[in-house]
Amino acid sequence: MSEEEDIILSELDDEELVQQMFDDLYDGLKEEIEEGVNILLERGWAPYKILTEALVGGMTIVGADFRDGILFVPEVLLAANAMKGGMTILKPLLAETGAPRMGSMVIGTVKGDIHDIGKNLVSMMMEGAGFEVVDIGINNPVENYLEALEEHKPDILGMSALLTTTMPYMKVVIDTMIEQGKRDDYIVLVGGAPLNEEFGKAIGADAYCRDAAVAVETAKEYVARKHNAMNA
Amino acid sequence: MATASLRRGRAARLSHRAALPLPSGTSLDDKSLTENGLAAPERKTGRILLIACGALAREILDICNANGLDHMDLTCLPAKLHLYPDQIITHVEAAVAKHRAIYDQIYVVYADCGTGGQLQKKCADLGVEMVPGPHCYAFFEGNTRFDTLSEAGEITAFYLTDFLVKQFDAFVWRPMGLDKNPELRDMIFGNYTTLIYQSQIRDTELLDKARDCAKRMGLDFIHRHTGYGDLETTLKTWGKSAPSSN
Repeated sequence: MSEEEDIILSELDDEELVQQMFDDLYDGLKEEIEEGVNILLERGWAPYKILTEALVGGMTIVGADFRDGILFVPEVLLAANAMKGGMTILKPLLAETGAPRMGSMVIGTVKGDIHDIGKNLVSMMMEGAGFEVVDIGINNPVENYLEALEEHKPDILGMSALLTTTMPYMKVVIDTMIEQGKRDDYIVLVGGAPLNEEFGKAIGADAYCRDAAVAVETAKEYVARKHNAMNA
Repeated sequence: MATASLRRGRAARLSHRAALPLPSGTSLDDKSLTENGLAAPERKTGRILLIACGALAREILDICNANGLDHMDLTCLPAKLHLYPDQIITHVEAAVAKHRAIYDQIYVVYADCGTGGQLQKKCADLGVEMVPGPHCYAFFEGNTRFDTLSEAGEITAFYLTDFLVKQFDAFVWRPMGLDKNPELRDMIFGNYTTLIYQSQIRDTELLDKARDCAKRMGLDFIHRHTGYGDLETTLKTWGKSAPSSN
C-alpha cells in the first residue's frame, strides 16, 4: 500500500480536477482521464470546453516536455492513448452540440517512410482543436497526396518524415503542386524529427512545426490569415 | 481510480531529469560506451583524433589494428546520445574544440544519425570531415547498396548492428518503455515487418540474441553479414591522408 492518499477525482473542484487531469494525462492514465471527462460532463461542462481546456491543454504540456527532452516516446504514446480515451467519450457529443470547426487537413508520412507516431499525435491534437483531419497514412507517393487534396479539398496539407533520407521527398510533393498550379490553394505544413525551420523554408512549405502543439497553433494562425484574405 | 503510486505527475518527472555526461569512460565495456563514452588518451599518441560514437568504438579499434592505423587516437561520445540527436551536434562541437589544438587532424566518426543534415553543417563549419551516409547501418551495408535495398522495398526493416544487439535492452527496449508497457510494442513497431541483423563479426551467440530480439519485437528475421563496410574504407582513406610516422 502506498503511504500517500488516493485521489478521489469527484471530490476535487473544477480547477483542481482539470489540474489533476493534466497530471493524469502526463502519466498516461486512460481510465482516470475517462473518469475526469465524465465528471466534468456531469457538472455541466460543454464537451468542447472539456476537450480544449482539460485534454488539449494537458497534451500541450506533454508535447512541450517531449520537445524539451523531459518526456520520451513511450510516455507520449501513453498520454495520447489516455487522451484518445477522453476523446472517444466526447466525439459523439461534440457532433451533437456543434463544436466550432476550425478548418480541415490532409496529413500523411512521405514515400519511403513508415514512421507515424508524430503524425498520429498531430492528427489527434488537430482533431482536438476542432480541425477535420484526413489521415492518409504512411509511405505516400506524391500521387496519394494529390488525390487526397482533390477529393477532400482541405485548407491544409501536412507532411511528416522521420528519416534524413526521406525528408527531401516533401520537396517533390511541393514542386509537383507548383507544376500543377495548385500550390497556392493549400497551406503546407511540414514536421518530423530531423527537420528544421530552414529546411521548411528551403523546400517551399508555409511552415515547419516542431511538435504537435506548434502544429495546432500554426494551423490556426494560417487558416485565420487565409480566411481574412478571402474576406478582404 | 488510480492508486497514488501510479500518479507521479509532471513535477516528479522534472526533478528526475538527468544531465547528459561528457565522455569520461575508460573501458570498452558496452554499457560504459553507452553511458560514458570513451575518454581520449591522457597523452596523445597519434597525429589524428577520431571523435566517434561509442557504438563504434570496438569496430574502429579493430579496423585500426588490422590496418596499422596506429597514428589515429580515439575518443567516443556516449552511444546513448542517439536518443537525443541534437545533442550529438553540441557534444561533437565541444569535443572538437577541446582537442583541436592538440591534434594535426580531427575526423568525426558519425553519419547523419537523425540530425537532419545539421551535423554535416556543423562539421563543415568546424572544418572537419565526417563519415558519409545517413546512419551506421547504411555505411556498414555500404551506402550505395543500402540505398538500392531501400528503394527495392526494404523500408519496413528495423536494423540492428553487433553493438545494438548487445545493447538491445538499453537502446531499444527500455527507452521505448517496452519493459514497463509491453502493450506499446505494436504502436511503436507495428509498421515494421522485418528485423535485419547486420553482423560486423561472426558470433553465434550474437546471432541467437538478434533472433530473439526479432521475436520480442514480433518481426521476421534476416541476418546479413556486412563486416565493416564503408567504415573501413573511410578510415583507411583518412589514415592515408596523414600516414603513420612509424
